[in-house]
Amino acid sequence: MIYEASAFAIILFIAFVIAVLGISKYFASRTTSSKGYYAAGGTIHWGVNGIAFAGDYLSAASFLGICGMIAFQGYDGFLYSIGYLAGWVVALFVVAEPLKKSGKYTFTDALDNRFNSKAIQLMAAISTLIVSICYLIPQMVGAGALVKPLLGMPHWVGVILVGGIVIFIVATAGMASTTYVQFIKGGLLIVFSTVLTICLFANGFKLKPGDEYHVLKSMDATVSGGTVTAVADAAYKVAGHNADKGLVKLEKDGVNTWWQVSSKDGKAVVKEALSATVLANGDKLYNGAPQEDRKFFQVGAMSKIIVDGKEVEKTGPVGPFKFLATVDQGEVLRFKKNKIKDGDNSVTVWTQNPTSGKKLMRPGVKFKIDEGSTFMSKLNFVSLMIALFFGTSALPHILIRYYTVPSPKDARKSTIVAIASIGFFYILTLFMGLGAMTHGVLDLESSNMSAPLLAKFFGVALFAIISAIAFATVLGTVSGLIVAASGAVAHDLLSNFAGIEMSDAGQVKAGKISAIIVGIIAIILGILFKGMNVSFLVGLAFAVAASANLPAIMMVIFWKKTSAMGIACSIFVGMVTALGIILVSPSMWERYGLDPATAPIALNNPGIISIPLSFITLVVVSILMPSKDAKPMP
Amino acid sequence: MAGHGPASDWGEDKASDYKASLGIKLFIVYCIVYAGFVAINTVSPKTMGIIIFSGLNLACVYGFGLIILAIIMGVIYNSMCTAAEDRMNTPSGEGK
Repeated sequence: MIYEASAFAIILFIAFVIAVLGISKYFASRTTSSKGYYAAGGTIHWGVNGIAFAGDYLSAASFLGICGMIAFQGYDGFLYSIGYLAGWVVALFVVAEPLKKSGKYTFTDALDNRFNSKAIQLMAAISTLIVSICYLIPQMVGAGALVKPLLGMPHWVGVILVGGIVIFIVATAGMASTTYVQFIKGGLLIVFSTVLTICLFANGFKLKPGDEYHVLKSMDATVSGGTVTAVADAAYKVAGHNADKGLVKLEKDGVNTWWQVSSKDGKAVVKEALSATVLANGDKLYNGAPQEDRKFFQVGAMSKIIVDGKEVEKTGPVGPFKFLATVDQGEVLRFKKNKIKDGDNSVTVWTQNPTSGKKLMRPGVKFKIDEGSTFMSKLNFVSLMIALFFGTSALPHILIRYYTVPSPKDARKSTIVAIASIGFFYILTLFMGLGAMTHGVLDLESSNMSAPLLAKFFGVALFAIISAIAFATVLGTVSGLIVAASGAVAHDLLSNFAGIEMSDAGQVKAGKISAIIVGIIAIILGILFKGMNVSFLVGLAFAVAASANLPAIMMVIFWKKTSAMGIACSIFVGMVTALGIILVSPSMWERYGLDPATAPIALNNPGIISIPLSFITLVVVSILMPSKDAKPMP
Repeated sequence: MAGHGPASDWGEDKASDYKASLGIKLFIVYCIVYAGFVAINTVSPKTMGIIIFSGLNLACVYGFGLIILAIIMGVIYNSMCTAAEDRMNTPSGEGK
């Protein structure tokens, strides 16, 4: 669809960027030591750190990806919220304090604390780099998706813009500026998501959500020999068919549109569909017209609202329980995506797919665990939920935040602040996602834009604020990831592993140079992965983190026989297995342009194989190759 | 150079074993509740559609419940740990 830049949104965005750059410049003048650069001097207050945790964690995946997934696929998207939040329990009860006690700047320090092993330093640093880059991709994709409606710029400009600003933030002041940017952004995100949710409750539900909502047409059709030959409105002429998908192409005033052939009360009817046609010369038409003609309508609405057993046109204001119950009892107009060939043209047609609220409000629309499920599809779901649960406490940019507070007690308290604020936000995602699904705001080409477009429904001001915060969300998370990755390169690899002697100032300089290089890599990947759902991509990053890092973290804390070689091998096996399964998974097969059904392994989420394998590797190798000169457990 | 050792120095924490043990117990409790959620979703997803109260189905109630339970358990864990630290550590000990 086409987006218009809003002057207010641009001003707000620029103001935010200036504020962020100002914070960075301020902290840059105070960041002269490596402890200041990598761990903000270890002096951050636990309350600030807790909200900054939320800022780090509530990334583009949470705000854009989960809301988008709920908006398109209902409750299944909310399962990500539940899994992401549950992961914090592992962080709080198992990881937070021990990690804080044994580490310095990076989680490699914590793993290596008892051993001083080159193998651990190398593998943990590589793992940090790979997980950070896996996590960076969806953030950059989210950035690209955001600048289109916010600033009216193409995807690649957004990615470069974010990359450039983040490189500046990180390369100037490291963890100190990143922490305060995250604190401000995390707080704003929670406050304005609450405002958006309250607006939804006040608005309630309507069959026609807004004045600009396009009500899709339906016409009687004449069928002869199994194909549509004419329709009730004589201005439309039949111009083509696709019998496989039950579609007919109609022409009116020189514009071709696609319609879905259906039946109503025993009579043939055609229902208006939405289409995007890529012509042989590469040009793209939306509903048969150029993009600027604005024929690609925003969609998604209740097609049936039931209140107290009666069908109504609108509900009026609703409370949170009533909101959810109304969706459950009603019917929602969703869309089914069909890809067809029309001569030399490639056409994507979205046909109307009214879906009962009961189906949308329970699992099974996205994840094949209900009708049509197989053993492997259920295993895939379990695998994802395991990875989400164990992935949080293995994410490098989350782990390094434990080093910014003064004591283990502060690490614990900041984790609880994080759980409370993140948990509250995740509850809001269900309302925002379902709100986007039913308020005529969906862009069928981009699920990631659902939450900002919902904000636009309530006015440009809220849209501008929400978009600027969403953009800041990306900035903040990317900053944290780049600090983690630069720490892995400069501190773990160059200083510890390679043994390159560097002064304190030299370490900071190495970190900054690493940040610039990682930032450039993130920009390139963000452009290449355009269009993929950001929450899905983050789910994969979680799987790699849970497989490579978590077994090592948990065993080094709880099993005194854990050896250096056991840790290094478990990281290697977890990382390689998880990445290997992802690269040959059906999702990636589709990305390569191949048939997903022919993928060598039917799993999209590797956790259920790679996490246990990593644990087993650690135990077996530790028994076979013990560390004789390891320090005792603290 | 040596890159190891903690970022800050603090005294001996005599409550450390107690906190670790409490953390593991609470972790196991939460694991069981989470596993139950995943199991129902996987084995009997239609059960998740059963209305529990106020028009809310089991999927919503259990999902919200898991989020709220994490917050409540976190607060309980922190208060028990803080009490243990106050009880077991000397005034110059950790966290004072």
